[in-house]
Amino acid sequence: MTVVDTPTSERDPVNPFKSTERGGKVDPIFRWVLRSSGVLVLAILALMVLRTTWAAWPVFASEGLDFFTGTLWSVGPSRSEVTGTYGAWPFIYGTLVSSALAIIIALPLAICTALYLTQLAPPRIARPGSYLVEMLASVPSIIFGLWGLLWFLPNVLRPVMNFLEDTLGQSFPPFSILFEGPVFGVSYFAAGVVLAIMILPIITAICREVFMLAPEGEKQAAYGLGATRWEVIRKVVLARSVPGVVGGTMLGLGRALGETVAVAMLIGASQRVGTSLLFPGDSMAAVIFNTFADGAPEAIWALFAIGVTLFFITMIVNILARLLVWRIGRITGDATV
Amino acid sequence: MPASHEDVFVIDDLSVRYSGRDALRNVSMVIPAGGITALIGPSGCGKSTLLRCLNRMNDLIRGCAVEGSLFYHGEDLYASDVDPVEVRRRIGMVFQRPNPFKDTIYSNVSFGPRLNGMKKGPELDEVVEKSLRRAVLWDEVKDQLTKNAFALSGGQQQRLCIARALATDPDVVLMDEPCSALDPIATMRIEDLMRELSTRYTIIVVTHNMQQAARVSDRTAFFSVSGGADDGGDPAGELVEFDETVTIFSNANDSRTEAYVTGRFG
Repeated sequence: MTVVDTPTSERDPVNPFKSTERGGKVDPIFRWVLRSSGVLVLAILALMVLRTTWAAWPVFASEGLDFFTGTLWSVGPSRSEVTGTYGAWPFIYGTLVSSALAIIIALPLAICTALYLTQLAPPRIARPGSYLVEMLASVPSIIFGLWGLLWFLPNVLRPVMNFLEDTLGQSFPPFSILFEGPVFGVSYFAAGVVLAIMILPIITAICREVFMLAPEGEKQAAYGLGATRWEVIRKVVLARSVPGVVGGTMLGLGRALGETVAVAMLIGASQRVGTSLLFPGDSMAAVIFNTFADGAPEAIWALFAIGVTLFFITMIVNILARLLVWRIGRITGDATV
Repeated sequence: MPASHEDVFVIDDLSVRYSGRDALRNVSMVIPAGGITALIGPSGCGKSTLLRCLNRMNDLIRGCAVEGSLFYHGEDLYASDVDPVEVRRRIGMVFQRPNPFKDTIYSNVSFGPRLNGMKKGPELDEVVEKSLRRAVLWDEVKDQLTKNAFALSGGQQQRLCIARALATDPDVVLMDEPCSALDPIATMRIEDLMRELSTRYTIIVVTHNMQQAARVSDRTAFFSVSGGADDGGDPAGELVEFDETVTIFSNANDSRTEAYVTGRFG
């Protein structure tokens, strides 16, 4: 009578350890539910990639590598064959440039904000501050687009761009090229800055989590040896957080690469590859969004091809990030002095 | 080296409060140079709090307020123009859990000197070797200075932490229950090391292990909790008695000390 789980009546009188309803049947069902959920997600992903690639195939087949390097995007009217010219480089370039700009602006800001929230701010500021940051993440991107286009661009970005053009734009390469005028307004720069604001919360939130996990023992040890607050942050908190920060940055970059509406509103929908950040351009997601509604079938195939390319760029970025984290882990794991 | 007769710490009417709640009340004691001073007492008696006042580690705790005065070689550590960072550079500290940096053994030991501006080179190598020798760890790690400190055993890690504290050349080493996370053999080695270091450094150790205090220390301060609810006040730690360790353990003045060291209380 010591085992309370199984009523004595159900127990096999010969073998008290015989499998029962509880362990024998429910566990396999539970395992089966979990396993099928996992398989389902992978299956959906695989089907999506296959279906998209299949739909894009005529364009890939007709353009070959020129699809990635060509700079002319001239849409044809055909329903059955590829008659236009599809060079997606201006869009690939726009996506990469605006996302890179977003990361360059957002990452330092996010790290500083997260350091403030975790290392400096008193609890009565740190807690609401963290909530606010996370709230920013839930603002829909159309709002960012509208606000960016109608208020932020004319009131803040345009003066900033004018200033950059007047100063850096008049200096020397590479700045004289990157900030060459004239200032149009909608541009890689405008899209990049608004993207930076959009990805700031996710990077900040992850950095905050990572910094909070910085080993308290090592922080105490550093303080005990006479490290200043900044030295503790640099040599313990930041040094231990590199993999996490890289991970957070990649999540932000993933969002920036795929962000559609806000970028479509701010980047300028120009199919030229602009050497200056102040010139209008276009991004991969934005061109899909702007042209899918009135495209002939062959144009839709081409948009699918852009979609596949975007997917693979995101994947490559993620793989590179993982390699980077792995490398850093090896360096800090058994560093040589 | 015989202990000099200079007093290292002169503590005068020191009280510590955490967010308005008393943790330690009206402590006055003089800690002379050299030897080992043990701080013992039941949980919540404020012994760790006092230890963390000695190098101003308490400043890192939000809401911690210190009253009274605390002199280190005649300098008021709580004077308004004192930088706690400078205090911590001069007074070494070893913590309850071994807390090496997740880095090489060499980097661990050289952390303090590098903070103080010493560049990599033969001079730094020498400091690292000397510190590891003093912590009786050199022979075990001399061929693996570039190995990660996390690969060491718990006892070795704690000796590494001691070496790291010695590398900044302090004259005082504070130890906050340095053996409580270690097995008996590692504990014994740390205790031997403490005895050895006490000829050169002033060691102040917090321990909840009375046998340890009796074994290693020259002087013992017994703290207790007073002013509980039955007195109608907030409980807070206070210093009951501070004397030669032999006296505390065999012939205590205060009946509470005797009750504690003989195991009848706490």
